[in-house]
Amino acid sequence: MATTYEIPTKQQKHKQEGRAPVVAAENLFKTFGSHKVLNGISLQVSRGETLAVLGRSGTGKSVLLRLIIGLETPDSGLIRINGVDIAELTLDQMGEIRKKMGFLFQHAALYDSLTVSDNVAFPLEHHRRDMSRSERCDRVKQLLTEVGMEGDLGKMPSDISGGMQKRVGLARALALEPEILLLDEPTAGLDPISSGEINELILKLQRERQMASIVVTHDMHSARTIADRLALLNEGNVLIEGTFEYLQQSDLEFVQEFLNK
Amino acid sequence: MPVSFNASPAPGLIGSFFEWFGSLGVFSWRVLRAAVTPPYEWRELIRQLDEVGSKSLPLVAMAGAAIGVVISLEARYSLSRFGAKSMFPATLVYSVIQVMGPIITGLVVSGRVGAGMGAELASMKVTEQIDAIEASAINPYRLLAATRILACILMLPLLTLATDACALLTGWFAQTLVEPLSFHQFIQDGFKGATFNSLLPQTFKTSVYGLIIGLIACFQGMRTRGGAAGVGRAATDSVVLASLFLILADVVLVKFILVAFP
Repeated sequence: MATTYEIPTKQQKHKQEGRAPVVAAENLFKTFGSHKVLNGISLQVSRGETLAVLGRSGTGKSVLLRLIIGLETPDSGLIRINGVDIAELTLDQMGEIRKKMGFLFQHAALYDSLTVSDNVAFPLEHHRRDMSRSERCDRVKQLLTEVGMEGDLGKMPSDISGGMQKRVGLARALALEPEILLLDEPTAGLDPISSGEINELILKLQRERQMASIVVTHDMHSARTIADRLALLNEGNVLIEGTFEYLQQSDLEFVQEFLNK
Repeated sequence: MPVSFNASPAPGLIGSFFEWFGSLGVFSWRVLRAAVTPPYEWRELIRQLDEVGSKSLPLVAMAGAAIGVVISLEARYSLSRFGAKSMFPATLVYSVIQVMGPIITGLVVSGRVGAGMGAELASMKVTEQIDAIEASAINPYRLLAATRILACILMLPLLTLATDACALLTGWFAQTLVEPLSFHQFIQDGFKGATFNSLLPQTFKTSVYGLIIGLIACFQGMRTRGGAAGVGRAATDSVVLASLFLILADVVLVKFILVAFP
């Protein structure tokens, strides 16, 4: 197993201050068929902290996010959300946990039969039945304004660009005011300008809402811009974890290769 | 609870066969549990009732109309050969209501709705829309599967009644063109001696067809993998399997009705 190098981070500082991590993955294993994807990975994220998970394609970054939100189950290992082991939860209890989480899918995964505004309203309609129709409309407009999509409320997902879809996906992920934000390749497939805009948006939201965020990305620039801490995966485990500067100082060949290419 | 039913490949054809039924059993249990527990998805149910019912109506009506004419032509010819032309109305009524109406409605709905549901859910699955629903703390078995299956169960008997009505109307019309017969007389002769047991169970058995069509289409759609090819396969499998199981179920249902409603 690869050695893990660490330096004190915001998360460790929180631990010293007695603040429990919001998301904690412990010794996770996951295999698909004969392909071992995760090999005993452990990670923690605290409130107000952004962790970028980096690594080559197929190293299990997206699988890690899917495990955290319960879309997949680990072969072994623990996932704790606010200290609660999600493996022991019923479907309804898991639902309550998921309401505190926002997930931006790699390809946005917008509901293609619904308009942009209906996509954002979807979680509100199901979980905020106390809201009146006009309150819901106001909230949807506010969310879409936050992500710069206020002019496209009535458009269908197929009528907007990939970058715009990600913005709408982000607005949908934020609809229930989550404590935890999981972002799967938020800038993948976008041009540099759109990527920069998405990065700015994530930073702005992070500053305003102080969520615990995990961002899976290949984009070094994005990771450096939005994350407090980076974790580089290799062969299903964390090879090195720390700030960008710390990773830069590493003499591991794989780390240097990854950072410089 | 992840929407996945084929995590590990089953060995061989027999293994796949049992794996499929096992997964269908797990799926059915999850849907049943989701369907009977709140919150209920009334709005989606109404949308699906419209999708399955109203939008299938023209198709089943046309199929019924065609079947009515065919049975009328065949029955007149056969009955004439045996000198039993007076039996024509009853033959038409019983052929349509007991046999042809339910099965034709089932097969037509299986083709239209089964393929549609299978493809729609498969497309949602491969584009991660079902995962997005689950990630939003919404039970996809309740929102997507239970509503669609319930809509099929509720709508099939009504669509069968429509098929029957169209078939009887065109059957009578085809007969009238050759040998004038008032509609009132046709209905009176056709339903003479008909009882609840002889007609209604045959119509309401189509709820079981609805269950089969909805269940298989949702199951095939929600277990799809593999992009556009997977979507196509799900649509085809939904229609083929639903039609096959529908015909097989008919064998059991007919026997059951004969025993339970003599």
